[in-house]
Amino acid sequence: MRLLDIAAFAVRGLTANKLRSGLTTLGILIGVASVILLIAVGNGASSAVQQSIAGLGTNILTVSPQRAQPGLTAKPLTTADAAALVGEDSPAVKYASPVVSAQATAAYGDTTHDIGQFIGSDPNYFDTTNSSLAQGGLFSADDVQQARKVVVIGSTVATQLFPGTDPVGKSVLVNNIPFTVVGVLAAKGSSGLQDADDLAVAPLTTTQNALTGYGSLSQIVVQARSAEALPDAQAQVTTILNGRHKITGTADYRVVSQDQLLTARTATTETFTVLLASVAAISLLVGGIGITNIMLVTVTERIREIGIRKAVGAPRSSILGQFLIEATLLSLFGGALGVAAGVIGSQFTIAGIQPVVDPSSVLLAFAVSALIGLFFGSYPASRAARLRPIEALRHE
Amino acid sequence: MSPVIECRNLRKTYGSGDTAVHALRGLDLTVEKGEYLAIMGASGSGKSTLLNILGCLDVPTSGQYLLDGIDTGEFDEEQLSLLRNRKIGFVFQSFNLVPRTTALANVELPLVYAGVRRAQRRDRALAALDLVGLKDRTHHRPNELSGGQQQRVAIARALVTSPAIVLADEPTGNLDTDSSREVMGILDRLHASGRTVVLITHEDDVAAHATRTVRVVDGAVAEVMV
Ligand SMILES: Nc1ncnc2c1ncn2[C@@H]1O[C@H](COP(=O)(O)OP(=O)(O)O)[C@@H](O)[C@H]1O
Ligand SMILES: [Mg+2]
Repeated sequence: MRLLDIAAFAVRGLTANKLRSGLTTLGILIGVASVILLIAVGNGASSAVQQSIAGLGTNILTVSPQRAQPGLTAKPLTTADAAALVGEDSPAVKYASPVVSAQATAAYGDTTHDIGQFIGSDPNYFDTTNSSLAQGGLFSADDVQQARKVVVIGSTVATQLFPGTDPVGKSVLVNNIPFTVVGVLAAKGSSGLQDADDLAVAPLTTTQNALTGYGSLSQIVVQARSAEALPDAQAQVTTILNGRHKITGTADYRVVSQDQLLTARTATTETFTVLLASVAAISLLVGGIGITNIMLVTVTERIREIGIRKAVGAPRSSILGQFLIEATLLSLFGGALGVAAGVIGSQFTIAGIQPVVDPSSVLLAFAVSALIGLFFGSYPASRAARLRPIEALRHE
Repeated sequence: MSPVIECRNLRKTYGSGDTAVHALRGLDLTVEKGEYLAIMGASGSGKSTLLNILGCLDVPTSGQYLLDGIDTGEFDEEQLSLLRNRKIGFVFQSFNLVPRTTALANVELPLVYAGVRRAQRRDRALAALDLVGLKDRTHHRPNELSGGQQQRVAIARALVTSPAIVLADEPTGNLDTDSSREVMGILDRLHASGRTVVLITHEDDVAAHATRTVRVVDGAVAEVMV
């Protein structure tokens, strides 16, 4: 019963200065909401990256050129290298697609669009990258042979250039060279950091002719026969390329599996999440300091009142309790509103990332905000409770 | 039977070194149960310092203060707050009501800390306000009451716990003649009902209500008048 009465004093203390209580609550609210929201954004980013990489399949190897040892010149990755990777010496390899990529601007009528990735490859590329068609068809091996100016576009490019019309059969200008759209890929969604649908794929030969020239390939994308065959495939690819490039020391290329890529990318996004979380933690701390400040002001302002209470027999514990409850209520209330704001905010897409709320971050933020109230409130509260009645009463 | 209040060689020094102020210099005082004592003396002679110590709001630098025969120097902070709550009612010259809080809530305050139940608290606070003639002002806040009314609320708060001792530091110091008369009437009734009353005053006609008057000079009791 006594506790309830003391809690009532605390509530009356808070409602006596609504504006100040409200602003303090706001400080904690922002702290808690940003912890939840920023961790959710970090989470969303890493799960999007994981999904997009996993979407490529678990049986993919990527071969990319690498700087040679000092004193040696790096051999470019060539179409011939790609062709050599499929054959009797490499039973674990299913396909090996040469890939070049370019920056390109596409135009259709009055509309132009900077394509995120313009890729030149062969028809196996679509199978290897798990890309399926939404409309039209793919280009054929014959199109590659004949270097026909045909292109398959991603869904973002389709909606940007052809709003409301069917792109298939239309002619687009890519860097002022006319290409015929033969197909539109099904949407894959954003990978968090880049839009996987903002791409166009054309035959390798055409792309080299028109856009990139005949230098080194950007990549060779290798598909193993199965996920289990991946280590074998990696070994076979390495053997063949070492032979062709006459490698004795450090190779002038790099073979990376999806798994390795996934690990590397996940590590990157984890760093990103930690960064976001520390920013959020700082704002929570600032909110806590706000509570201490307000409690100090409140206590100083009410020292006479504390003196009166002590003069009529309030024990130290009840004064301490009253101010601790005030501080805790402030931070609990702010924390609860912050959880609500954080969770609601996480329903929206932020900077292309769909946040994923981590329940433990909600719990953590809420618990921390309650503890902040207790911790930061206890100093001014115990200072108030220690005053001798007459000292408090004389305070001006 | 031991006296209610017994002070032996009380000293109180504020500050230290050159700037030290010796407010009490070896004061002895005894107050018997049921007495009505007036303390007089020049301003700065140490009257308030003495009364604050009697009310357990402050502690002497040295000397003993026995309350009901028990040395208050032995008490810890928790026991002192219990004494203030149960045994002593204190009335200040400047009223000292909790601001922005109704008269009723102010009078209830000591009962809250005494752990009295809500309903009973209300009844007792209303009875105390009735006793000081403020039954119709229960929901007024201090800033909505006159000085005399505020002092009567303060007296109601001092007597609501039925303390054995009522201490009043110039209770009429800030009041006009009519209000003073009302306040003194209430203190007279408290004395008549058996309480020990100690009050500080400058005015002879206020002191005349008491059964005994002492004069404090330079921090010691100089003269006892009957
Ligand atoms: N908190 C304090 N700090 C320093 N000096 C004080 C304090 N309180 C009282 N004094 C001094 O002690 C002396 C006695 O004060 P007080 O007991 O209030 O006198 P009275 O009530 O008789 O007018 C005065 O000289 C006063 O200035
Ligand atoms: Mg005085």
